[in-house]
Amino acid sequence: MTRFTLDGMEIEAAPHETIWEAARRHGTAIPHLCHRPAPGYRPDGNCRACLVEIGGERVLAASCIRRPAPGMVVRSATDRAERARRMVFELLLADMPAGAARDAHGPFAEWAARLGVTASRFAPEAARPAPDRSHPAMVVNLDACIACGLCERACREVQHNDVIGLARRGMAVTVSFDLLDPMGASSCVGCGECVQACPTGALLPASVVAGDRRAAAPAAEVASICPYCGVGCQVGFRVRDNAIEEVVGRPGPANQGRLCVKGRFGFDYLRHPDRLTRPLLRLAGAAKDPADCHDPARARAKFREATWEEALERAAGGLARIRDRAGPRALAGFGSAKGSNEEAYLFQKLVRTGFGTNNVDHCTRLCHAASVAALLEGIGSGAVTAPFTAARDADLILVIGARPTENHPVAATFLKDAASCRRHASDVTRGARLVTMDPRGSALDRFATEVVRFAPGEDVALLNAMLHVIIEEGLHDRQFVAARVDGFEDLCAHLAAYAPEAMAARCGVPAVQIRRVARLYAGARAALILWGMGISQSVHGTDNARALIALALLCGHVGRPGTGLHPLRGQNNVQGASDAGLIPMMFPDYQRTTDPAARAFLEALWGTTLDAEPGLTVVEILHAAGRGDIQGMYVMGENPAMSDPDLAHARAALARLDHLVVQDLFLTETAALADVVLPASAWPEKTGTVTNTNRQVQMGRAAVAPPGEARQDLAIIEDIARRLGLDWRYGHPRAVFAEMARAMPSLANITWERLEREGSVTTPCPAPDAPGEEIEFAERFPTATGRARLVPAGLSDPAEMPDRDFPFVLTTGRELEHWHTGAMTRRAAVLDALQPAPTVSLAPAELRRLGAAPGERLRVATRRGAVELAAREDPALPEGMAFIPFAYREAAANLLTDPTLDPFGRIPGFKYCAARLERVAV
Amino acid sequence: MAPARSHDGQNPPPPAGEGEGAQRRRVRVASGAEVGAVSGHPHSGPPAPAGEEGSRRLPRTRPAGRTATPADHAAVVAALAGLPPRRDLLIEMLHALQDAERGLREGQLVALAEHLRLAPVEVFEVASFYAHFEVLADGAPAPPPVTIRVCEGLPCAMEGGAALLDRLRAAPPPGARVLPAPCMGACHEAPACAVGHRPVPHATPESVARAIGVPAPLAPAAAPHAYPLLRQVLAGALAAEAMLAALEAAGLRGMGGAGFPAARKWRLVMAQPGPRHLVVNADEGEPGTFKDRICLERHLPQVLEGMLLAAEAVAAEACWIYLRDEYSHLSGRLRQAVAALRDCNLARMPIHLRRGAGAYICGEETALLESLEGRRGYPRHKPPFPGERGLFGRPTLIHNVETLYWLPEILADPAGFAAAGRRGGRGQRLWSVSGRVRDPGVKRAPAGVTARELVEEFAGGMAPGHGFAAYLPGGASGGILPAAMADLALDFGSLDAQGCFTGSGAVVVLSDRDDLAAAARNLVRFFRDESCGQCTPCRVGTAKAARLLDAPCWDRALLEELAQAMADGSICGLGQAAMNPVRSLLRFFPDGVP
Repeated sequence: MTRFTLDGMEIEAAPHETIWEAARRHGTAIPHLCHRPAPGYRPDGNCRACLVEIGGERVLAASCIRRPAPGMVVRSATDRAERARRMVFELLLADMPAGAARDAHGPFAEWAARLGVTASRFAPEAARPAPDRSHPAMVVNLDACIACGLCERACREVQHNDVIGLARRGMAVTVSFDLLDPMGASSCVGCGECVQACPTGALLPASVVAGDRRAAAPAAEVASICPYCGVGCQVGFRVRDNAIEEVVGRPGPANQGRLCVKGRFGFDYLRHPDRLTRPLLRLAGAAKDPADCHDPARARAKFREATWEEALERAAGGLARIRDRAGPRALAGFGSAKGSNEEAYLFQKLVRTGFGTNNVDHCTRLCHAASVAALLEGIGSGAVTAPFTAARDADLILVIGARPTENHPVAATFLKDAASCRRHASDVTRGARLVTMDPRGSALDRFATEVVRFAPGEDVALLNAMLHVIIEEGLHDRQFVAARVDGFEDLCAHLAAYAPEAMAARCGVPAVQIRRVARLYAGARAALILWGMGISQSVHGTDNARALIALALLCGHVGRPGTGLHPLRGQNNVQGASDAGLIPMMFPDYQRTTDPAARAFLEALWGTTLDAEPGLTVVEILHAAGRGDIQGMYVMGENPAMSDPDLAHARAALARLDHLVVQDLFLTETAALADVVLPASAWPEKTGTVTNTNRQVQMGRAAVAPPGEARQDLAIIEDIARRLGLDWRYGHPRAVFAEMARAMPSLANITWERLEREGSVTTPCPAPDAPGEEIEFAERFPTATGRARLVPAGLSDPAEMPDRDFPFVLTTGRELEHWHTGAMTRRAAVLDALQPAPTVSLAPAELRRLGAAPGERLRVATRRGAVELAAREDPALPEGMAFIPFAYREAAANLLTDPTLDPFGRIPGFKYCAARLERVAV
Repeated sequence: MAPARSHDGQNPPPPAGEGEGAQRRRVRVASGAEVGAVSGHPHSGPPAPAGEEGSRRLPRTRPAGRTATPADHAAVVAALAGLPPRRDLLIEMLHALQDAERGLREGQLVALAEHLRLAPVEVFEVASFYAHFEVLADGAPAPPPVTIRVCEGLPCAMEGGAALLDRLRAAPPPGARVLPAPCMGACHEAPACAVGHRPVPHATPESVARAIGVPAPLAPAAAPHAYPLLRQVLAGALAAEAMLAALEAAGLRGMGGAGFPAARKWRLVMAQPGPRHLVVNADEGEPGTFKDRICLERHLPQVLEGMLLAAEAVAAEACWIYLRDEYSHLSGRLRQAVAALRDCNLARMPIHLRRGAGAYICGEETALLESLEGRRGYPRHKPPFPGERGLFGRPTLIHNVETLYWLPEILADPAGFAAAGRRGGRGQRLWSVSGRVRDPGVKRAPAGVTARELVEEFAGGMAPGHGFAAYLPGGASGGILPAAMADLALDFGSLDAQGCFTGSGAVVVLSDRDDLAAAARNLVRFFRDESCGQCTPCRVGTAKAARLLDAPCWDRALLEELAQAMADGSICGLGQAAMNPVRSLLRFFPDGVP
């Protein structure tokens, strides 16, 4: 603590606290413009609005950046300081639109009014910047800019997107997007952090602008969670007239106030004209035709609107009929990782107790099933062992098979931040080295110490070669291995054949680099591994994950700050939905259906008998439907007719069902094949909890009411349940949560009331008043022996290798602006404007070889289907590879993908199949 | 001067993943170096914004933002031959690129950013900060091969600089363009011009035209120098403590303008854990100042000996010489001299030569550090001081050229130096005397000398036809005093009561034929043009002050209020002192201003 005098009063400043911060804590408000007291924002001291007088100093000091010294005498309210501060506002006001009009409610306008500076005696400069409306989501009016640099720090130091700078000098200093490009033409990724930071309205979200200014004071904020990805950013929905007008980041543990383009600008799908507002029933005699998936109008024409009563009767009646006629196992349910924990829990309970089968699954099967299988086998827990924010304590971060800048943009900011510390700071003891490993280049590479570009599908060759080096050179953590790991000898024997020199040709990475990276990882003080779909969406996804787990276990990089294994979860609630039991072979909390004790426990809790037989997985269910073994399905918020591999087969299977009930926001490709479509509610219309990739259970709160007759999903599930003979009366999500907490020991000490109060609690949590365990397994692993297990991973080829007829490797995935199958994001105006149409990305050399120009239409064909779409030139792709995002109905990537499954995780290899590309004759 | 922004020291980024791996199948793995590399597209300009009408349904056909063409990359690789991809070399690289291409093409800036693994804006904001860099759109015509810069500094303006600029602009010599420029350190040869890097003294349109195409002559070789003191130090015969004692006895103070006692600075740096750096500030830019140039032109070995003495004293791991770009004609000789030192094993640490790029602010020591690290010249907040955290975050001893020039002499005879002062001053200084005197130039004169003595005793009296009316005791920032106050001692702190200072020792003499208000306008415009733009009082204050001074009748109260706020609130000395000339006129010449 530092004792100093502020305005005659002796006060104490905490270590690292500035004068401004200490003053604020003691109730003295000092004006500020360029200083934003928010996580990640370094004080810069440039605007001079916070000047104070310090005894013995010749000039005034910026209190936002100055730390008090013991005995320092600081005076914030002297005439001299106040005059200097007012002069700052008067100087700035001279060149602003009259009355600070761009944002009359922003910090500049408010402070100017508080200081009584409403006019300037100085003449404005002759030329002021013109407005820039080139970006669909943000309005740039630099005539209100005061060059405080907050947008620059937002873009460069908080989000690390590095688009904004301050160009030129003196009075000509100007905010610059790239090389003074229009914002919409720049490399801006639309995170909107700059808009959130701007104190003057020079940068505003277009949604709040009328004419050339913020139309009204910001609306009241509803605290919730972003529904777009597993990061779980806390958001504030600002709501006016039952519509979300603006979204701001809140300082949640996973986002520290940051958001990405989807979370900030992607919510007007709630009011899209396609939104379902009444239940739909298939017209009698209207055939289910997979071709309807391509054509929403044609699909819609086969339905009529109905009352809820009629629709529920038909929906539940059909399911009950099949159950009673063909048996429970003729039914299946797809729940959703996009809903709440309560919905996931209730849905799996409905299938298990109402249908009477374990045929319940969700998109985790298409995403991290392989990771979870390997983690459960190796360390006894399928969740992350450490949050991605552990990056701040790591000195090495390995990212493999993941593109977090696109798929987990806010998580990526923490990785970039850690890596930037090391790259830019003089203090080399801070920050982390970053290693990126992927066949494709990514925006993270610029921050990396090592960029390992390996041949697609050769993860195991590469990782085993690294393991080989670690053992060969004796770099492993002997103590950790001896104390906590089984299977070392077998692994050593297995790895003998994987010398880097032997694997280099196969994985396309020079042996010297493999050795260098292995040494970096093993030699790190604390290393964190993050991986994504590149690892898991493979026919040997489980082996890929096993090799990664072995890396961490061999080197003891688990269970300490800055270490861990982190499969970046994709969907916003895939962790929670899996925890809640939306898995065919497991009850809530990963209890095997075959485990009699687990079954007995739930049978007692639920008051019913349960099937011991594990259910079928997503792809298996559709295969069974195709065979006629599954006859009825209830699909809540999933879109298998877009998301499953080999769509022609998946759609045909769905069309073959006797009875399909789809509960969703829109007439999705899956709904196009339904018998009953139930209009559901969007995330911002619901209250419930979700669990993010960091195992943080967080509270989402309804901000707006659903449109028309659309209903809460939880209520719909309950209605169906009652019609299937279950006497459910939950009423409110908190009642569901309470039951969940009884069924799931992992939720111990986490109550609905606590979540309402704290917003976020990490599971597992040791006590009602303690924070949850961010880093798990410091002492023991949750296995029978308490020890982890090394599982050797063998080499295998992808299911389908390129050949003469299909010479390209086709890989699929997401892009920044579009979520999953596009049902929401393609109906969000800003996201649609940014990425309006499908593309296939190719290396420049491949385009040249095809004789095609960027933008030209190409036909991409595999053994399963073909699509036509525009070519995108992307230098980040290796030659011989093509990438298609799977969000676009008009060129559905999954018409092309291979449905072959990983034998353990039962996940298809979305990342690899053989394809042919050709120009489309115009 | 000023203050303490936490700054980013720079270590060279480690190499990216490397090497084309052996191939198994058709998929070829791009080498790490090519990550995010070239688009084959012929232009690097920004794509049309996605949201624009007409293009709405068309997808992006390239990654967002600009991409560099293969030609851009080739140009960058060719220009940068030999320079490792380190961020602190960015300004050197921009020079290399501009020298090769006659401008900085936007596409090449994007390619350079990729080369350094920086974002394009990080390169652009540096390129657009410095006056000597010219960013060109890819398709724009290249500027003429020769650039003529005409000095607008006050001494040159008094000698007809503006008329010269007008005449040259009206009829530029073939193949040349004409730009106004701030003080180029040739005030004793006013009006001054530079044709490329070649200075043209007492310029006329004719002499300027004659200078085109003639290479800048190498400065005359210095007389052989034995480096006697340095040899003593290297032989272990002269210890750091002994040097410190001599400095203290001599009372040597920093000659860049701030006058900080050199010995205290050394002690501060020596007290910090290593590694440490030594930086030579050869970026004198204070209008009216040209003494460092003369030191470098005529006494280079002595300056270098001073540099190495200081470096040895603080055990610096490297020396960095930051030479203002206006003095590029000296860089050849400097490079030779540095090489010679290495050849004679007199330099035990590397000596790095760095080239400024046209920014007065980089004479401010912390802005200079930023520039050495490859950034815009934004002064840092103090504390911490450079002695604690300077270049790359390391303790750094920064000395002005003149300070180092005196060092060998002082170590040889500290008492002799100290005894040279007048009126209680200690030691001597190199005074840059310019303006209306018969014999302008650098005058080796005692501290505590008066302006009248400088004029009469050292500069041959007033120029014919001119009567002594006023003088600037310390360049553009030091204020303006009437001739009636020409008997005040000139020394550090001696003019505090007058609100003036001697700073870098640039004495500009004005006569009864000079327009004082015009002089103030000239000086304030200089500060406006050279403000880095970081802080509000200076960025906006200098611009508004310049406008206020253009009014037919000055708003004295507002000027005074603005001046006070700028002096109180600016981050560094530039903004704090920018209004000194105006305040002086309002105080000492109330009837002489509009």
